[in-house]
Amino acid sequence: MTASRLQMSAEHGDDSGKNDVYDVIISGGGMVGSAMACSLGMDPNLEGRKILLLEAGNKKVMDKVPENYSIRVSSISPGSATILSGIGAWEHITKMRCKPYKKMQVWDACSDALITFDKENLQDEMAYIVENDIIVAALTKQLDSLSDNVQVKYRSKVVKYAWPLPHQAADAIPWVKVTLASGETVQTKLLIGADGPNSMVRRELGIPTVKWNYDQSAVVAVLHLSEPTENNVAWQRFLPTGPIAMLPLSDTESSLVWSTSHRLAEELLELDEESFVDAINSAFVSLALTIKTAGSLFRGALSVIMPSAGSPRQLPPSVAGIGPKTRVMFPLGIGHASEYIRHRVALVGDAAHRVHPLAGQGANLGFGDVACLTQLVSQAAFDGKDLGAMQHLLQYETERQRHNLPMMAAIDLMKRLYSTNAAPAVLLRTFGLQATNMLPALKEQIVAFASK
Amino acid sequence: MYANKFGRFMLGLYSRKTATACGGLQSTAGRSGFSWTAVCKQRTLWLQRSACLNTRKNTVPCHVRARSASQTTVDPDEVRRFQSLASKWWDEQGEFAALHAMNDLRVPFIRDNLLNVHRVRHPGKPLRGLRILDVGCGGGLLTEPLGRLGANVLGIDPVGDSIGTAQLHSSIDPDLCERVCYRASTLEELAAEEDEAEEEQGAGQFDAVVASEVVEHLADLETFAFCCNQVLKLGGSLFITTINKTNVSYALGIVVAEQLLRIVPSGTHDWDKFISPVELERLLESNGFSVQSVQGMLYNPVSGAWSWTDSTAINYALHAVKVRDDPHTEQAGGSSPHPEDHHAAATHG
Repeated sequence: MTASRLQMSAEHGDDSGKNDVYDVIISGGGMVGSAMACSLGMDPNLEGRKILLLEAGNKKVMDKVPENYSIRVSSISPGSATILSGIGAWEHITKMRCKPYKKMQVWDACSDALITFDKENLQDEMAYIVENDIIVAALTKQLDSLSDNVQVKYRSKVVKYAWPLPHQAADAIPWVKVTLASGETVQTKLLIGADGPNSMVRRELGIPTVKWNYDQSAVVAVLHLSEPTENNVAWQRFLPTGPIAMLPLSDTESSLVWSTSHRLAEELLELDEESFVDAINSAFVSLALTIKTAGSLFRGALSVIMPSAGSPRQLPPSVAGIGPKTRVMFPLGIGHASEYIRHRVALVGDAAHRVHPLAGQGANLGFGDVACLTQLVSQAAFDGKDLGAMQHLLQYETERQRHNLPMMAAIDLMKRLYSTNAAPAVLLRTFGLQATNMLPALKEQIVAFASK
Repeated sequence: MYANKFGRFMLGLYSRKTATACGGLQSTAGRSGFSWTAVCKQRTLWLQRSACLNTRKNTVPCHVRARSASQTTVDPDEVRRFQSLASKWWDEQGEFAALHAMNDLRVPFIRDNLLNVHRVRHPGKPLRGLRILDVGCGGGLLTEPLGRLGANVLGIDPVGDSIGTAQLHSSIDPDLCERVCYRASTLEELAAEEDEAEEEQGAGQFDAVVASEVVEHLADLETFAFCCNQVLKLGGSLFITTINKTNVSYALGIVVAEQLLRIVPSGTHDWDKFISPVELERLLESNGFSVQSVQGMLYNPVSGAWSWTDSTAINYALHAVKVRDDPHTEQAGGSSPHPEDHHAAATHG
């Protein structure tokens, strides 16, 4: 790559101010941005192209997996695992640390309604719980091996973007121009914005975004279980204040994600360890608060019609203590960019869409974006097209919006439905949940949709 | 590039569009349509040829030519005019929208057929090492994608303004200006040069010639086929996309496309100049080519997209391979490198 770049700068010797023109620049080196860089770097149709990844933070190297678990984790669906495996990162992840789980139990605190998802006979994995740090470290390791095609600049914060006009005008720059904090400028034929929910790329483009903050924050921590167990079940209980989830990390540890009101979240952080552990345990096992009778009546009726449906109820493992890292809270919101693309720009990951963690889909939607955009850019390169042309970018936007919007709407609807203990809502969701639990075909559809 | 200025001076400003189109071109010529034959007949081509010969050396210093053209020879007024034309040529939703959309068919057609013939694989640059001539390149709409795929492309067009626009557009892309050159010239002139320089072993020979949406504007197809044969290497490919001469093509290609829907500016096409695939095949085979495949193309004005189709009633694409150097020998019907393809009739799936 260096040889061709030198040749280029020699040819443009007298074009003073003509900077390096990259084929693709990815702004943001988080999980989705790094995955995008790996994905493009490994694509055979993009061989010989110049790809640059800009990350404001430091390089995250992980020579040895730290003994303690980190508190931010993601649920990686089989579809995402396939994508990560295609870019060579899944191998590193499994060598480092990840926990597959086979079953998911979701139930309501207000009425004891319950739904369980599992694959037949607990043979296959439903999904994997992986720490975010491990995902980034695995992707970084893979990027190191792609240094011929992909250049990564760490500690490079972007201060300014300049956008191209669609048609050549006098003295206008035809490419996207990126100015870094160091004063360096680079240009690119295609800019991919992977810079998170508060995306600067999206803001600078002036793309209208539908977003609002949920009146909720998530408290995350690492939990030590009272006794070692097979721990291959993900638990989520919908309390009136918000869902509490326990995700397996190992036989003895689990990750906590407790979404609740801001006030309660702050209170939880201030509790001492013992009280905090008590709060967690009671949140999972407390008796149903309101409508018990209606629920059990309905269940009785359903079991007459379909006697064999539905798995038996289980209780989550009890918690004895929390991990050495302190608990953290972060605010939750939802966001969706009305456009994912502009001329020579595309948004991926949280920059395009941000969801509530209750369904564990945020990272998966991002990896789905990566796979779709890579495939379209690769095909465009094979057809000799300008990589920043609108035609294939529009295809990306249409395909991903069609996939993401229903998922986001469903998650938002679930969040709203379960945020109240008003009787009608509780009845509705109780019946809905129990009926869904009894219909294996419907459950399979849901699992398939979430596993993409 | 001298050829640019000489081109406009010698040939006048022949334009494909009518008076209503380019404002800038009105001053010199009011003629719509151009004819290769008329151009051929101008023996004053000699002046152009001598100018061209100075700038003849092809691939390696190509970027030097492109750079000097846009920076020193061409004056600012011309640059401005090229830029205003560029916004017409390169606006994907503008007047040439259908041509832009046609790239979705013709680039894969050219690429895949060339990959079949030349079996070396270069990931990322599938056409690397191949020399392609784009006849009637216009603003470079097809030339640029071929350049991006790694080929060394020379685009020629008699309209100097189009060449200027094409050069300007490709000069900004560092990836392209190494591989893509333009010259205001006609195919006959180029072939005549190749003739002269035949001692230089293979110096002017192309691996492929592309004549997309050109043949329907020519008056003398025999000369065209002859010249294509001259500039191609043995075994080289000829790609043509053009319009069939049928009632359907009159109804849809002229009445609907030009007058009703105005997909194409009115007066662009002359139905008498359309040629059917059978006739084109006969013409090519008598000029030393073997037709490998013919495929119909269909434009959907609602979606603005092209698609392949079984019927060659309106638009079609044709791929032929040069099998013989001497085009005047009657086809003996004997040994030929591709005997199995001589049965190829009008439509080839």
